[in-house]
Amino acid sequence: MSRLRSWFLVPAWLWMGGLFAAPFAIVLAYSFLTRGAYGGLDLPWTLESYQRLADPLYLSILLRSFLMAAAATAICLVLAFPLALFISRSGRRRNLYLQLVILPFWSSFLVRLYAWLFLLRDTGLINTALQALHLIREPLPLLYNDGAVLLGLVYGYLPFMVLPIYATLERLDPALLEAAADLGARPFSALWRVTVPLSAPGIRAGVILVFIPCLGAYLTPDLLGGGRSVMIGNLVQNQFTTARDWPFGAAVSVALMAVVTLLVVLFLRRGEEAL
Amino acid sequence: MKDIGSSAHIPGPPAPVPGPADAILVLRDVVKQYPAQRAVDGVSLSIPRGGFYSLLGPSGCGKTTTLRLVAGFEEPTSGEVLLEGARVNGRRPYERNVSTVFQNYALFPHLTVRQNVEFGLRRRRAPDAPARVARVLDLVRLAGKEERYPAQLSGGERQRVALARSLVLEPAVLLLDEPLAALDPKLRKQMRFELKEMQRRVGITFLLVTHDQEEALSMSDQVAVMNEGRIQQVGTPQEVYLRPRTPFVAGFLGAVNWIGGVGLRPEVTRISRVPANGGMRSCPAAVTDSVFLGNCVQVVARLSSGEQAVAEVPRQDGAYQSGDAVHICWDPADEMTFS
Repeated sequence: MSRLRSWFLVPAWLWMGGLFAAPFAIVLAYSFLTRGAYGGLDLPWTLESYQRLADPLYLSILLRSFLMAAAATAICLVLAFPLALFISRSGRRRNLYLQLVILPFWSSFLVRLYAWLFLLRDTGLINTALQALHLIREPLPLLYNDGAVLLGLVYGYLPFMVLPIYATLERLDPALLEAAADLGARPFSALWRVTVPLSAPGIRAGVILVFIPCLGAYLTPDLLGGGRSVMIGNLVQNQFTTARDWPFGAAVSVALMAVVTLLVVLFLRRGEEAL
Repeated sequence: MKDIGSSAHIPGPPAPVPGPADAILVLRDVVKQYPAQRAVDGVSLSIPRGGFYSLLGPSGCGKTTTLRLVAGFEEPTSGEVLLEGARVNGRRPYERNVSTVFQNYALFPHLTVRQNVEFGLRRRRAPDAPARVARVLDLVRLAGKEERYPAQLSGGERQRVALARSLVLEPAVLLLDEPLAALDPKLRKQMRFELKEMQRRVGITFLLVTHDQEEALSMSDQVAVMNEGRIQQVGTPQEVYLRPRTPFVAGFLGAVNWIGGVGLRPEVTRISRVPANGGMRSCPAAVTDSVFLGNCVQVVARLSSGEQAVAEVPRQDGAYQSGDAVHICWDPADEMTFS
């Protein structure tokens, strides 16, 4: 029986082995190799790529990426919590609202980013409209800056914050809020002392689901930042393409993964202690 | 605490004088209409200060809705709720000096026993909170378990935390919504006694909602029997049990033998092989069944009218066989009659 059962795991093992473990091993190996004379890879094994990470130029990109991801996560949280609360208290309309939250996923992320380009650029909808109304004379610099990248990140990952928070709020026993009011808690106090702490698992899940992809974001800074707002993802892409420095690109990737793993472990462990 | 109980915040003319002077809580013609049904249909009650008062009725009779109207979780469609002489209609739950013990306790799972009990005091910024928490935890015998979380407590302990959490606020009225329903039967009986005892010690008015007539009879000073959104009868346990005003009350509070339009409790229904004499009344019947119950024997007999009567007779008298011709006898003083 147990032998039969283990056979069912074969597809999962193949998938994980072929598409996660093997590529990761390759990237890890690349990161310790030397850059070839015309790109590509060469021996000997070296730690040089990792030493280059300490360069202030790269450190500042790393730091910027963290700040951008953290800011995007914070904004997502501030927007998503009230929205999730509203949906969880919408009775029969819940499912409709949830569908609306998920609706953007029905089209490609790339297409939606281009839509933002059309909205934000100098000759885009917003600037044209404001100029036509004579509210501004020169187009506002809405695109190719940190604000645009942040907007794109928040826009892209907001549903990943809304859904887990909604899931915990939806299970929250309404009697607990009645009990809070009964014991003298005004609505805001009940929200802060009961609803927020009890939705902590959803908040934690949402923070992880938003922070990690934001940190590694490539498409959004590339399109909306236009090369002026570089994040780690763009650095990695750049090393593998233009710069033709595969070992360094691999080292940045490995370093990013290591830091993310460390952060997630710390974050989850603190969450367990708090409960 | 003071702003909650006082009438200073009530707009408009002063609240009308409530019913009896010693009533702490008065409901006047209270109606709660839901789209599909009228849950509370003109309830008027006057609950005396410092007693143990029960709202007894079958599920769906409106008793829980009535309690929620008092707590402020629901607003009446019409009618008035007066707490300590002041109209509290429209006041939010956190503006009413009452506290509820919920059926499933509704303890905050992320807070310890101490934090649960402190919750209300902190909202009121009570300066002597630690001492009051310690005192009430002593009262409910939870001293030493302050740092446990609700998930680490037994059902009975959770119930006592819920009690402590409300009692510590010293509300004008403590509202208890089927507080014993979630306990196992043995613990439930023990807690009846403890609740009653606790009410006596703290002197706070308890308003209990229950569907268990034994619970209501054993704990209450007064019982209000409810059915279909209306109060059927209010009285002491003895009054509602022995002198029910309606057939519903008679039937809900205990078993009834209906003989010629008269109700009789099984424990005052006797069985005899000869017709009764003296002041007793009797009626011929035939035994249809006899069940040994341990402490007594339950004899079921069919009267010539087709009505059925159950009598509980002592074990030694219990040698009745199915088909035996007997007489159902009773004292006219035990008859329950309804106009």
